Amino acid sequence: MKLVFERSRKGAGTSYFPANDVEDRVLPEHLLRETPLRLPELSETQISRHYTKLASEVFGVNNGFYPLGSCTMKYNPRINEKIAALDGFRNIHPLQSDDTIQGALEVLSLAEKYFCEITGMDNMTFQPSAGAHGELTGVLLIKAYHHSRGDFGRTRIIVPDSAHGTNPATASMAGFTVVTIPSGKDGRVDIEALQAAAGDDVAGIMLTNPNTVGIFEKDILKITEIVHKAGGLAYYDGANLNAIMGIARPGDMNFDIVHLNLHKTFSTPHGGGGPGSGPVGCKEFLSRFLPGPVCVDEGGSYKTIMPAYSIGRVKSFYGNFLVVLRALAYVMTLGSDGIRTSCEQAVLNANYMKRRLEERFESAFAGHCMHEFVLTLAGLKKETGVSALDFAKALLDEKMHPPTMYFPLIVPEALMLEPTETESLQEMDRAVDVYMRLFELAHSDPEYFHTAPHTTSVKRPDEVLAAREPKLRYGFSE
Amino acid sequence: MGNYIPVTDAERERMKKTVGIADVSEFFAGIPEEVLLEGSLNIPEGVSELDVLRKFADISRKNVVFRSVFRGAGIYDRYIPAIVEYVTAKEEFVTAYTPYQPEISQGVLQSIFEYQTMICELTGMDVSNASVYDGATAAAEAVAMCRERNRNTVVLSEGLHPQVLEVIETYCFGSGMKIVKVPLKHGRTDTGLLSHMLDETVACVMIAQPNFLGQIEDAGVIGDMVHDAKVKFVMNCDPFSLAVLKTPAGYGADIAVGDGQSIGPAMSFGGPTFGYMACTSAMMRKLPGRIAGETVDTEGKRTFVLTLQAREQHIRREKASSNICSNQALCAMTAAVYLSSVGPEGLKTAALSSISKAHYLKNKINGLKGFESPECGEFFNEFVTHSPVEPHLLCDRLAKRGILGGLPLKGELEGYILWCTTEKNTREHMDELVEVLREVCGL
Amino acid sequence: MNNGMMFTKTHEWVRKEGEGVVLAGLSAHAVTEMGDLVFINLPQVGTKVTAGETMADVESVKAVSDVYSPVSGVVAEVNESLADAPEKINEAPYASWIAKIESVEIPEGLMTEEEYEEYLKDI
Repeated sequence: MKLVFERSRKGAGTSYFPANDVEDRVLPEHLLRETPLRLPELSETQISRHYTKLASEVFGVNNGFYPLGSCTMKYNPRINEKIAALDGFRNIHPLQSDDTIQGALEVLSLAEKYFCEITGMDNMTFQPSAGAHGELTGVLLIKAYHHSRGDFGRTRIIVPDSAHGTNPATASMAGFTVVTIPSGKDGRVDIEALQAAAGDDVAGIMLTNPNTVGIFEKDILKITEIVHKAGGLAYYDGANLNAIMGIARPGDMNFDIVHLNLHKTFSTPHGGGGPGSGPVGCKEFLSRFLPGPVCVDEGGSYKTIMPAYSIGRVKSFYGNFLVVLRALAYVMTLGSDGIRTSCEQAVLNANYMKRRLEERFESAFAGHCMHEFVLTLAGLKKETGVSALDFAKALLDEKMHPPTMYFPLIVPEALMLEPTETESLQEMDRAVDVYMRLFELAHSDPEYFHTAPHTTSVKRPDEVLAAREPKLRYGFSE
Repeated sequence: MGNYIPVTDAERERMKKTVGIADVSEFFAGIPEEVLLEGSLNIPEGVSELDVLRKFADISRKNVVFRSVFRGAGIYDRYIPAIVEYVTAKEEFVTAYTPYQPEISQGVLQSIFEYQTMICELTGMDVSNASVYDGATAAAEAVAMCRERNRNTVVLSEGLHPQVLEVIETYCFGSGMKIVKVPLKHGRTDTGLLSHMLDETVACVMIAQPNFLGQIEDAGVIGDMVHDAKVKFVMNCDPFSLAVLKTPAGYGADIAVGDGQSIGPAMSFGGPTFGYMACTSAMMRKLPGRIAGETVDTEGKRTFVLTLQAREQHIRREKASSNICSNQALCAMTAAVYLSSVGPEGLKTAALSSISKAHYLKNKINGLKGFESPECGEFFNEFVTHSPVEPHLLCDRLAKRGILGGLPLKGELEGYILWCTTEKNTREHMDELVEVLREVCGL
Repeated sequence: MNNGMMFTKTHEWVRKEGEGVVLAGLSAHAVTEMGDLVFINLPQVGTKVTAGETMADVESVKAVSDVYSPVSGVVAEVNESLADAPEKINEAPYASWIAKIESVEIPEGLMTEEEYEEYLKDI
């Protein structure tokens, strides 16, 4: 497919701006660009067609089944897009005075109220723009809390080995040393290892629950107790909240801080990688450290204030406001009943697929799962030479998105499936049939998998070449 | 109500049978009883789509959408061609995630590659990533890129947006880097003071171009000074201004960052926008976030992939220099569509028009008694004037006439206002503003 | 240490180059495990290194791995040619030295080639 630059023809552009209606003012020569600006020049017809072609080579939730584990690729309701496009939200300036943005502040205030209720927290900031950004915010709250008590010796953060890479990366970014604790055979936190790691140098723990293998940490109260007794705080990574929303709350598990992924649990679109939103909630004793400004409800009128001991801003203005707005619209559409039902269906769908696939495939962990589950293809690879990667590539020919591959790291040849509640039984059944058929095929024709995919517009890319000789922009001269 | 679940009641029963459960509550048996929620969440029951639309339409009307905007300070009321909104609303772009499977994600990957090329063109830099959250977080990430074992101090110009400074401070509270600020002199970074701050502990110096007050910095002098001290030079630039202004590469910057709201995304109450990050080839492997690259597939066909991934958190874990995972891909694509639509000439036209209008308006406002500007240099599309009336009071009065006035400044510039013009402000609206100012100030 | 090649448990090799001077690199086993290397982060000349601590790292497309210094000493020279062509390590791991280290102190516990091969059988 041609690049937009390769479609460019000098003088082909459309003019969108009116002529300057005041005297032209040209800045002094030495302040001006010295190099030509090689942006593409295309007619509007060409722009429309170029991006339509690009869109035809993208696979979204609208295209088909997308069981990408740990990413919660649920359907993105279109009403939320319509609401986010309302003039009164889209065309307001963040530095308007409070009396002219009462609607926007009401949105933030309502969102705080509802998301605190869902998580069991007392206050929430909407500044963080993604899950990882929320993690950084949360870990900085932990740091601020210990410092405020004159306790500067807590330099370590505990992270289970099954955690997302963002957890240890976040702890490092916030100036902490990471203590990785192993998982037990059942995929859960090894309580003895946790007990051994929890000393007076521990600032806190970062935990996903259900964890990244889709299993609920049944000893969660014990885990938070151990950390609290050691003087640390407990941080809840909300990546898997879809498994428990409306059923149980991190706050009631005695977590002190929570981040949400509104682009996972609360249906806002993933946009090819973003924008997301990663609000952070906390218990009342930490509220004074939250990034600001925060919104205060003064009996129907709203104003913004900076918390007394705020860690400071983590982003300009109020975060990804239009994403928060979409998530709020979703919560209000679902209501308390719909939130619970959605959760239950997500868990039922995962268990249904797990049970059916277990007729052939090996699950990494036995028994009921929560909203996602992990298969291991280690056995299949040993028998047939077909790896998780090969299997995923063969799925690309079946008009469905492959599961998450090679995560969590503690499971060899892992494929992680998360169907979500918005998938139909028919599509899940079709997927199971495809997986079964491919399982048989792996035994009779493994070569098929090594050369897969076969029907996509491009075949497997040479990633070694891409990394050894990085070509990260169009070269023009070619 | 409205829970977007396709499975029917009858199907649900069948599924439960397959799994071997009588009730879904069995799945939650592992959750300790004292943790299970008693009753339901204290949130209203679900409502219909029409009800929710009505509710939000009502809330949106509690916000004031101004017909005439003279406030910028980081978020700009620019004209976005209609095609931009339509193209970026395509469901495929909206509902896909990070292109982990390149064979079915060429559209997203190519769009990122095109975006990266456009950012490189605007800034003159060698390499761009696929975007970060916003301009402020881009600045904070740039600071982290420059850190070296013995260089742990960052020198920041006070001409940076105050919120950019605040975000860098927050990130440095985490990383432990030390911050030193260089004050402004006549609206621009005080190069005399800066020259005394550059020692062997300094990792980088960051300035804004144009700066928060709209002033064009003497970036050449600063760049030379910084490099003589073997310190990295980071420029925080409004990408829109780079249609006409000298590029950060032209000033020898090692890293260019900024907020992309001015080249595509709507004001959106400040978010989502996106942060761009571009750097020299030498710093490529320190650049955080996703990067798309060109390669070939097994049949030799041009193919795009996410590359240099060993820099990132999912591989490097606690050794990664940034934790970023999700970025602002759709906003970056919005910028690419905007830039492709308006083209190089369109962008220059809009930039020159913004500059011309700012100079026109400054002259007009300066002509009013009590509205003189402090001593300053060349400026882009923002400028400062004094206000004879308390600035917030003045802006309240303008608001009543449907005009969003300039931004009342704080600190040393208390009593002053930062005005902004874009290609959207017509001569008629500017003349009206001046008339209203005259009227409300009793001049 | 004799003039032959010695190995660490973390899969580095070290070879005597002169009095108090050694060359160090990655074992063939380590390289096979990593797959095609795409980048090497070389140490800086003059850096003091300690046996068992990170002195460099290598990247493949989907992994990154630390290279631990097999000895204590000072980095005297690095193999710059690897920066442009890390694939040389894949092609000839024992010819592709990463660092020349001088003023070395040899730690206890390095393995001979035979011992290393036995060690590999156990992991």
